[in-house]
Amino acid sequence: MSSTIHLVNESLTVPVSWYLLLSVALFAVGTAGALTRRNGISIFLSIEVMLNAANLALVAYSRQLDQRTGQILVFFVLAVAAAEAAVGLALFIAVYRQRRTIDINRINLMRH
Amino acid sequence: MQAIDLLWLVPALPLAGAAVNGALAYGRAPKAAVTAVALGAPLGSLLVAAACIWQYLASGLYPRAVEHVSYAWTAGTLDGLTINVAFLLDPLAAVMLFIVTFVGFLIHVYSVGYMGHDEGYARYFAYLNLFMAAMLTLVLGNNYLVMFVGWEGVGLCSYLLIGFYYDQEFPPYAGKKAFIVNRIGDFAFLIGMFALVARFGTLDFLPIFHRLAAQPALGTAAYAGGLSFAAFVGLCFFIGAVGKSAQIPLYVWLPDAMAGPTPVSALIHAATMVTAGVYMAVRSNVIYQLTPGVSLLVAVIGTATALLAATIGMAQNDIKKVLAYSTVSQLGYMFMAVGVGAYSAALFHVLTHAFFKALLFLGSGSVIHAMGGEQDMQKMGGLKKRLPVTYRTFLVGSFALAGIPVFAGFFSKDEILAAAAASGMPLHWLFWGVGWITAGLTAFYMFRAVHLTFDGTFRGTHEQEHHLHESPPVMTVPLIVLAVGAVISGWVEIPLLRGGNWFHRFMEPVVATTAAIRDGATGKGEVGTPTEALLIVLSVGIAFAGILFARSIYGGAAGAQRGMAFEERWPTLHRLLANKWYVDELYDAIVVRPLHGLSWVFYRVVDMLVIDGSIRAGAAVTRASGDLGSLTTTGNVRNYALYFFLGVLVLFWWIAR
Amino acid sequence: METAVFLVFALLALGSSLVVVAHKSPIYSTLSLVLTLFSVAVLFVLLGAPFIATLQLLIYAGAILVLFLFVIMLLNVGREEGIPGGHRAQLVAAVLGALAFAVALWLLLRPALGAAGTAPLTEELVSLSGLAQELFAEYLLPFEIVGLLLLVAVIGATVVARRPTADELAGGVLAAGGAAGIGGVAGAGGMGGPGSLSALDELEAAESTAASWAADADRAGGGARPASFPGGAEPGARP
Repeated sequence: MSSTIHLVNESLTVPVSWYLLLSVALFAVGTAGALTRRNGISIFLSIEVMLNAANLALVAYSRQLDQRTGQILVFFVLAVAAAEAAVGLALFIAVYRQRRTIDINRINLMRH
Repeated sequence: MQAIDLLWLVPALPLAGAAVNGALAYGRAPKAAVTAVALGAPLGSLLVAAACIWQYLASGLYPRAVEHVSYAWTAGTLDGLTINVAFLLDPLAAVMLFIVTFVGFLIHVYSVGYMGHDEGYARYFAYLNLFMAAMLTLVLGNNYLVMFVGWEGVGLCSYLLIGFYYDQEFPPYAGKKAFIVNRIGDFAFLIGMFALVARFGTLDFLPIFHRLAAQPALGTAAYAGGLSFAAFVGLCFFIGAVGKSAQIPLYVWLPDAMAGPTPVSALIHAATMVTAGVYMAVRSNVIYQLTPGVSLLVAVIGTATALLAATIGMAQNDIKKVLAYSTVSQLGYMFMAVGVGAYSAALFHVLTHAFFKALLFLGSGSVIHAMGGEQDMQKMGGLKKRLPVTYRTFLVGSFALAGIPVFAGFFSKDEILAAAAASGMPLHWLFWGVGWITAGLTAFYMFRAVHLTFDGTFRGTHEQEHHLHESPPVMTVPLIVLAVGAVISGWVEIPLLRGGNWFHRFMEPVVATTAAIRDGATGKGEVGTPTEALLIVLSVGIAFAGILFARSIYGGAAGAQRGMAFEERWPTLHRLLANKWYVDELYDAIVVRPLHGLSWVFYRVVDMLVIDGSIRAGAAVTRASGDLGSLTTTGNVRNYALYFFLGVLVLFWWIAR
Repeated sequence: METAVFLVFALLALGSSLVVVAHKSPIYSTLSLVLTLFSVAVLFVLLGAPFIATLQLLIYAGAILVLFLFVIMLLNVGREEGIPGGHRAQLVAAVLGALAFAVALWLLLRPALGAAGTAPLTEELVSLSGLAQELFAEYLLPFEIVGLLLLVAVIGATVVARRPTADELAGGVLAAGGAAGIGGVAGAGGMGGPGSLSALDELEAAESTAASWAADADRAGGGARPASFPGGAEPGARP
């Protein structure tokens, strides 16, 4: 807690825009991974990176605009991310049982 | 209450009878009940009609016309047009009323015997009563619309009764043909009515005729298409009459109408419905008097029809077809009379014709009944011994038709020919001449039929021979009554009896209008008595000539063979006549085929190709776009991720703009 | 000092995220993700959101990634093979694409920050009680809904991932794949039990015994219903 007290009432030396820049970069990285990987789990991990980037951006905005809304949204995003991870992994398990693979190139029963 | 107030009962009773019998037709009602209703209604009509006519004549209402409004239909609802359900009793209506109720009742009685074994007994009488109601409405109406309601009603009943044997192939077809051909005339009739409404604001007879008589200029002024008003309306109505009364060119339905039961042919297609056109023309005589041009046309068509039908009748082997063409021919005479302005003569012929033609038809029905349904005269012969009453009454009818003195037809036909000769109309001697020749042909074909049917040896099968029997009294009594009528109905016009020309004078209030119109337009002149006597001798002479000529060929034991040999002497002509001058085939070629072709075009091209095609094209477009869209469903998850991504980019663009 | 912390952990986050995205082995990816999460948590603290940072570590790193590891172990996911052909090109394309995307995002999001500098951190913003206040007052409804969402997710995940019952095995391959049929749940008396994730290699052995029990199950309850391929949660299944 002491570091927090230390931080309070001090201006930020690092501009918030730098946090935003990092968030954007992380998001881009995550997107590239999500679109590129072949392994289903890896895609999931990339998506988690994207989510984190979004959370970072939200908190950055919250700091800049001096509102707690961003933090609360992160709270919810966290919860939803958990739910999504659970269901998604369950789906993967189910698919794996069927197809014995999670190579998404091979999971294409819905092909036209 | 006066009897006249009950005039509305006259058409109402048969209407009720039709409704009751129509309901009974569905249940298994006992025949006695059906018969009671079926005969009771027309009898009631007859009695009420008789009472009304009696009162009309006895209580001095004559010569005025009596009107009775039963129902003010449009009271106050239509601007400037009042149409009531109202009935009119005047000499013309009285004559028609008598014919329809009396002959109609007799035919109902006859039908009890003729149709006694038919399954559709109740249905038959329902239709027949309905017909009576419609015909009585037609003749009793006091305005053109009520008349038209009756006009359409008899057309409907004609269709229903021609197609009575609906399980066979031909009768429904014949019924349709009758109705459709009639419809052409009805269309013209309607146009005529519209013109009357436009000019007079009413369809009531008396106001229209009075105004036209008072101001002839209303009728002679130019109206439409180069015709005067009276010519236009007269022409429209006449086209209607051509359809209903089977004149050239719309007569083709009448011979095919013989597919209906014989009493129907007697009542509808001889005595009453087909004469509705004549009635209408006589009723509208004021209009026709104002238009010599259309009257000339009427006379021409009537005369031509008379001749044409008589020629066809000479070569027919079906006994009913002979009588059908005979009817067409006699109707031609009536229109000839109307055309030359002899309206009461036309109506007189309607009266006598009703008796003897109904008699002839019922007689033929008796023969057909005895022959077990056979109608081909080639298979008959020698029936006079086995069907004495039928034979004798048939003979009476034939003499009447041929125009032999004493019998009714002589008086009426002769009056028509005399009127034609005396008329001031152009071509009137041609009318007389053709009418005279046709009289000879009439006698010839009628007695050809008589000889083929009743004389000589029997040419049918053994079963038919065994089956031959005279008809029961329920059928022969009407024959006898009609035969009496066929004799004495002409006597109302004997020139020397009771001051002479009683019928003509009786009809005068209806047909005589202002002197200006009467003498100026059709110019009914007079011929001297010696000329008239000569004409009578000539017409009687040719009638006898026809009878004797027919006898020489078809009479005697070997008549049939001699007849066939005679017919074979002129094969082409005989074929032409036997095939009715191929008129039906002609109509088929110029009307029916093109219509079929047009229908085919509409079916194949417009409907199947264009309409269905455009809908199928719509479906095809939808499917194609669906196929196009389904290209995105690659099943590859990465593609889907890509779509997501692209969507996100679009979203960015949207937010940023 | 703050700048230094920021730079260190920012680069750490970026680097580890690159490893997450690029590494062939999912295990290494997951572990890298842990590192990324940790870095981001530190950055949260720097931005004055310590509670969120804590939550991040607890939930994200603690629960979610553990789940990931669990599943990776279970499914025995191996290294990802190389892409047949076009490796270099895809890499270049991915990098360029990511760069372009980042630029686009930056241009989109930067303006919302506004031109002014950052105000000092208030006690207000940091305080937990303040957060709790706002969360439970103004955002109560979303809070409850998220709770419901979690419930749904739990049920859904359970149902989707459980071993197929005997009925579903008997009913066909498709029916077995995570069928959510209520009849299936009712019949066969809890064969395999919900949620138990025994090693899937046992599945084949179990299938034969399940088939022999299928006859009994058929008599007991409804037959296997050919399930439409299930979406996630099917509410209405037995909790």
